[in-house]
Amino acid sequence: MSPDKLVRMANQIATFFRSQPGTDQADRVAAHLRDFWDPSMRAALAAHLAKGGEGLDDLAREAAQKV
Amino acid sequence: MKDFIIPTDDRDLGTPARDGAPVTLSIDGVEVTVPGGTSVMRAAALAGLTIPKLCATDNVEAFGSCRLCVVEIEGRRGTPASCTTPVAPGMVVQTQNDKLRKLRRGVMELYISDHPLDCLTCSANGDCELQDMAGAVGLRDVRYSTGANHYSAAGNGMLTPRDARATRTAPAGDLGNPNYIPKDESNPYFTYDPAKCIVCSRCVRACEEVQGTFALTIEGRGFDSRVSFGAKTDDALASDCVSCGACVQACPTATLQEKSVVELGTPTRSVITTCAYCGVGCSFKAELNGDQLVRMVPWKHGKANRGHSCVKGRFAYGYASHKDRILNPMIRDSIDQPWREVSWDEALGFAASRMRGLQEKYGRKSIGVITSSRCTNEETYLVQKLARAVFGNNNTDTCARVCHSPTGYGLGQTFGTSAGTQDFDSVEQSDVIMVIGANPHAGHPVFASRMKKRLRAGAKLIVIDPRRTETVEGPHYRAAHHLPLRPGTNVAVVTAMAHVIVTEGLMNESFIRERCDWDEFQHYAEFVGQPKNSPEATEMLTGVPAADLRAAARLYATGGNGAIYYGLGVTEHSQGSTTVMGIANLAMLTGNIGRQGVGVNPLRGQNNVQGACDMGSFPHELPGYRHVKGAEVRAVFESLWGVELDPEPGLRIPNMLDAAVSGNFKGLYCQGEDILQSDPDTKHVAAGLAAMECVIVHDLFLNETANYAHVFLPGSTFLEKDGTFTNAERRINRVRRVMAPRNGYEDWEITQLLARAMGANWGYTHPAQIMDEIAATTPSFAGVDYAMLEEKGSVQWPCNEKSPEGTPLMHVDGFVRGKGRFIVTEYVATDERSGPRYPLLLTTGRILSQYNVGAQTRRTANVVWHDQDVLEVHPHDAEQRGINEGDWVKLASRSGETTLRATITDKVSPGVVYTTFHHPTTQANVITTDFSDWATNCPEYKVTAVQVSPSNGPSEWQEDYAAQAALARRILPAAE
Ligand code: SF4
Ligand code: SF4
Ligand code: SF4
Ligand code: FES
Repeated sequence: MSPDKLVRMANQIATFFRSQPGTDQADRVAAHLRDFWDPSMRAALAAHLAKGGEGLDDLAREAAQKV
Repeated sequence: MKDFIIPTDDRDLGTPARDGAPVTLSIDGVEVTVPGGTSVMRAAALAGLTIPKLCATDNVEAFGSCRLCVVEIEGRRGTPASCTTPVAPGMVVQTQNDKLRKLRRGVMELYISDHPLDCLTCSANGDCELQDMAGAVGLRDVRYSTGANHYSAAGNGMLTPRDARATRTAPAGDLGNPNYIPKDESNPYFTYDPAKCIVCSRCVRACEEVQGTFALTIEGRGFDSRVSFGAKTDDALASDCVSCGACVQACPTATLQEKSVVELGTPTRSVITTCAYCGVGCSFKAELNGDQLVRMVPWKHGKANRGHSCVKGRFAYGYASHKDRILNPMIRDSIDQPWREVSWDEALGFAASRMRGLQEKYGRKSIGVITSSRCTNEETYLVQKLARAVFGNNNTDTCARVCHSPTGYGLGQTFGTSAGTQDFDSVEQSDVIMVIGANPHAGHPVFASRMKKRLRAGAKLIVIDPRRTETVEGPHYRAAHHLPLRPGTNVAVVTAMAHVIVTEGLMNESFIRERCDWDEFQHYAEFVGQPKNSPEATEMLTGVPAADLRAAARLYATGGNGAIYYGLGVTEHSQGSTTVMGIANLAMLTGNIGRQGVGVNPLRGQNNVQGACDMGSFPHELPGYRHVKGAEVRAVFESLWGVELDPEPGLRIPNMLDAAVSGNFKGLYCQGEDILQSDPDTKHVAAGLAAMECVIVHDLFLNETANYAHVFLPGSTFLEKDGTFTNAERRINRVRRVMAPRNGYEDWEITQLLARAMGANWGYTHPAQIMDEIAATTPSFAGVDYAMLEEKGSVQWPCNEKSPEGTPLMHVDGFVRGKGRFIVTEYVATDERSGPRYPLLLTTGRILSQYNVGAQTRRTANVVWHDQDVLEVHPHDAEQRGINEGDWVKLASRSGETTLRATITDKVSPGVVYTTFHHPTTQANVITTDFSDWATNCPEYKVTAVQVSPSNGPSEWQEDYAAQAALARRILPAAE
């Protein structure tokens, strides 16, 4: 699956949780990815991260590491 | 087949129900107790005594014009009309005596003297109240000779057809009847024959009180008075009439008559069932002769519609017998070949071996299913079961993905469950009605009629919509506030409303303290109170004048019972889920939840969106909104189905298409959905479908998706199967088989056949057994079965031990999740922005006469109202581009381009254009992009940056597409 799309989707999710109160935003993004993304999408995101994770914002990157 | 025996009293009781304190009176010596305010006529009917009547009927207020219903009341002078006389304690009423009989006969004689009396050949013969009343009052003679009348001028002069037949000639010198008005046959579904009108005004009152359109008036006085479709025009089709059929149903004679009855005769049997169009879920009486459907009449005991309907459910059922319907299974090896008609066995064997082959070659997760919100609960349950239990993966999704998935997420997070909080009756007690991103006038017409009735009685309306929709203003009401926001700024507007409520201290603190999580509220209040969220700060962004927004927020917070109804204008955005949360926040802030007249209500587009979601069609959820990761939930199904379930979520529709393009998703079973036409970014959908090796389309017609299919399984219509639909109020309504499926099988049977061909051992023999399985596995449905639906008519879930009668109102004593949860709703601009290349914003919607992709309604006479999609352009934008009314224009976005005709209107704001997506030739979705809601991937249909320019005709893409579609639809004759 095209990494660009996954990156955009992950960043969108991160943008939402960044606005939420608390200190566990990365965990909440990771939980959202686990709950709604099929394993192959998560694997593709992990692969993209392994290659440097271009385009992922900080929170999305942190979450991707936790998934 | 057993006809459904109507358990409730279906008689016309003459006048509407009342709910005053009980009053006891005596009618013809029978003691009867009825609610105060009830008419004497209705009280008599309830006691089993029938008073003759013509101008009264129980879905409109009494008018008292015909004087056929006169009675005598002890201690009162004269003979009052029973329909307009309310009961009083101790009243003694006499409905039959010589004096009354004489009076009634006199009335009938007058009516009959100007009535054609061609009863034997009249289309209402056997179904005419005038005929019935003539019998009831014992009319035996008419003392008047032929005089001035309105009879047909068909060579009879002023003679009745009867007299004309007797004499065969008109009197010498009679040149025809100057008072005769010819039949109006302009409406495709009903006729208006003024010669038969008795001027009872039932139609006028139905159009006003029930439908709210005010299309009809009585023109003229005395002998000259006639029903008219408005002053400007005398033609039904050109008038304001929206063809809801309420007047036809109210008419006691053949004056307003369904054309289908004229053609087929009066029906002799009926079956109660549910409309298969929108999420209102109207109950209908399907009336038939044998297995020939004669007409669909809204059922007055239907709890969603209370006897009303719209043009789609009432009249647009002709697609079921349309010549385009495919009745035989077909297969082909590749999509460049023509279709081959084959036996069911061959088609299912071919499909099963291909799907299994794909799994062997590409893996268990390389195939999936898409279910449709148009199908029954039982069907969607089976399709997701097919994916989970037979394919062995969770690749199941539903078209609700592309409409209301953000509702599921947003309401789940805030309230704890994904559903509207009210029943439709609730609107009768609302004081302020806020409609956001919805146009019920077009999308949910029967709900709109009920809402407009409340608005005419004084409730206030707030509309938040980029367009000045038909809902904003109507006969005898107008929105107190219309906030025409820029597409894509819903979150900013909803948050600014909360800002006003919080900073002006208009919230309901005791409700919040008692019912909601106080800590979350603190965070939220701190957030919305920030100056950046004020209406003044967001005005530049949203285009909504701050003062209007403030006034609307104050009205919602302080105007009494505040109810929110919202639609796809809320969900189909990058921030769809956030807006849903923002709406839930507003309701909690003001305590507008948990009682009649308030609440948060998603208006569901298709008939069974609610049900399809309830039934576990989403890839991450088992039936009843329970995540697949829960081992205890999986165990319930694993023990019943005897398989191990995948604990990981599967692919959603857009993910399936992405995976197909990248080569990992190879096979799809698509039931009742046309994803190529209805899903965004058509070229991407086409590329995804083209990359699959086995696409199974199960549908009524060779839809657009079928152009890319290898197997076509012909489906059955809602008239041909048993099952249930769940409407927007969570109401589970029965769908009953009215006739045998023309394709040979009901749809649930076809899914079962496919499952069996793939090795499953399913053995359902009736959908009732599927419902039993749903009830056994899903706590919110635990108390539901067909026997109880038969008895109660319908029930709203949750229905279980805790609420055996179902649940009309949700969150009454507490939220489903415990404490209501306020969620911070930060506005994030969509990435889809207008710019120099694409300076306008396109938003999409629907119109009254067409439904969704139009596969059904385009195959009915409804096309007279809408035969193509047009682009609405503001005069300012049109002038800049040199576009005139009716011109062909090119509509282009970064995804693609198409052409259609333009109409110039200030219903849209400058900078915004609008179209519908009912016609495949337009392919509005060629334009829409693959951007989607952050939480659910619900596509952002409602905002696309576009450019509009003059054009000469169809685009190259449209021509190529048409050519490809024609090739893909070829069918070889069946082998001998
Ligand atoms: S069909 Fe409906 S809208 Fe049209 S005149 Fe009759 S009641 Fe009014
Ligand atoms: S058209 Fe029918 S309902 Fe209307 S006034 Fe005439 S008879 Fe009555
Ligand atoms: S389309 Fe909707 S409003 Fe119209 S009859 Fe059907 S369910 Fe009712
Ligand atoms: S029915 Fe009462 S006056 Fe007509």
